[in-house]
Amino acid sequence: MGVLKTLWSKLKQAILALKPGRVTLGYPFTPREPEEGFRGLPRVDVNRCIGCGGCAEVCPARCIRVVDTDQTTRVLCFLHERCTFCGRCAEVCPVNAIEMTKEFELSTDDPHEDLVGEYHIWMGPCERCGRCFEAPSALDRLKRTGMRCDEIDAKCAIACPAGVEADSEETKS
Amino acid sequence: MIRDWLIKKILPRALWIYHVNCGACNGCDIEVLDTLTPYYDAERFGIRLVGSPRHADALVLCGPMTRQTAPAVRRAYEAVPDPKVVFAIGSCATGGGMWHDTYNVLGGADQVLPVDFYVPGCPPRPEAILHGVATALGLTTKEVKAMRAIQEGSDVEIEDLPEEQWLVQEQD
Repeated sequence: MGVLKTLWSKLKQAILALKPGRVTLGYPFTPREPEEGFRGLPRVDVNRCIGCGGCAEVCPARCIRVVDTDQTTRVLCFLHERCTFCGRCAEVCPVNAIEMTKEFELSTDDPHEDLVGEYHIWMGPCERCGRCFEAPSALDRLKRTGMRCDEIDAKCAIACPAGVEADSEETKS
Repeated sequence: MIRDWLIKKILPRALWIYHVNCGACNGCDIEVLDTLTPYYDAERFGIRLVGSPRHADALVLCGPMTRQTAPAVRRAYEAVPDPKVVFAIGSCATGGGMWHDTYNVLGGADQVLPVDFYVPGCPPRPEAILHGVATALGLTTKEVKAMRAIQEGSDVEIEDLPEEQWLVQEQD
């Protein structure tokens, strides 16, 4: 009797196991989309980026470096090999230039070659200190034509890393 | 080249892996475990987890290489018979993760061992791990590419930038 009982329970298990059918995914041969809300490799839309460097400020892995190569060029260097895909850069970006894509097939044999991103942003230079400076509004951005920005106003003076003060009277107020 | 040849000729059927945690938070370990479940079924490629490095063909490293685990991991690597393949799973094993410059972490796994394949992700999805192993076995191809872009309106064209010298690689 005991043997029959054991057999029956095994049979039941076999029937239960047959019920779901084949569950194995054919993944490497058939593509599989990540689910909603998945955070993959962050990519920057260079035409939206204003070069504020907020992403580099909050990155917990410090994998973003901001370099000013000359007075009008700011380069965002992304080292994705130690990126933790936390999405904080995309969260703080004031113009939503950073998007967490759904790319997850990142396996490589040379991360220093493949897992990098380099984004060149065109900036306006400050008149006094000569460093890259982002114009405060879109209209001001249209005026960035050369190597020097001759109008310096109060907003620029507040943001200036070199501590330059505004010179004309009306913009001070 | 030699490594690819070795992988394809000498390990054509089965890849027995030995899983080493060299300081990971257990996230990558759980994803490696997930890869071995019937849902992803890594045994299709002959991938099996073995209990001793002496039985293994490949080492799977998870986590940043900490100062304490580095000698043990090196011993495990020496115990694996040749030819051997080393996989670094997760951002920490790839480049040190967010611990890359802390006092007790030597960096990524490549600071201690010669790593053949890197699977970044924090943690990588089981699919990403499968993709990494399948790439090593020659079943799929590498997908990720370096990205370089210049803002519109700039007076520099992307062709003007030096091809072989990237600013990113000067980091660290």
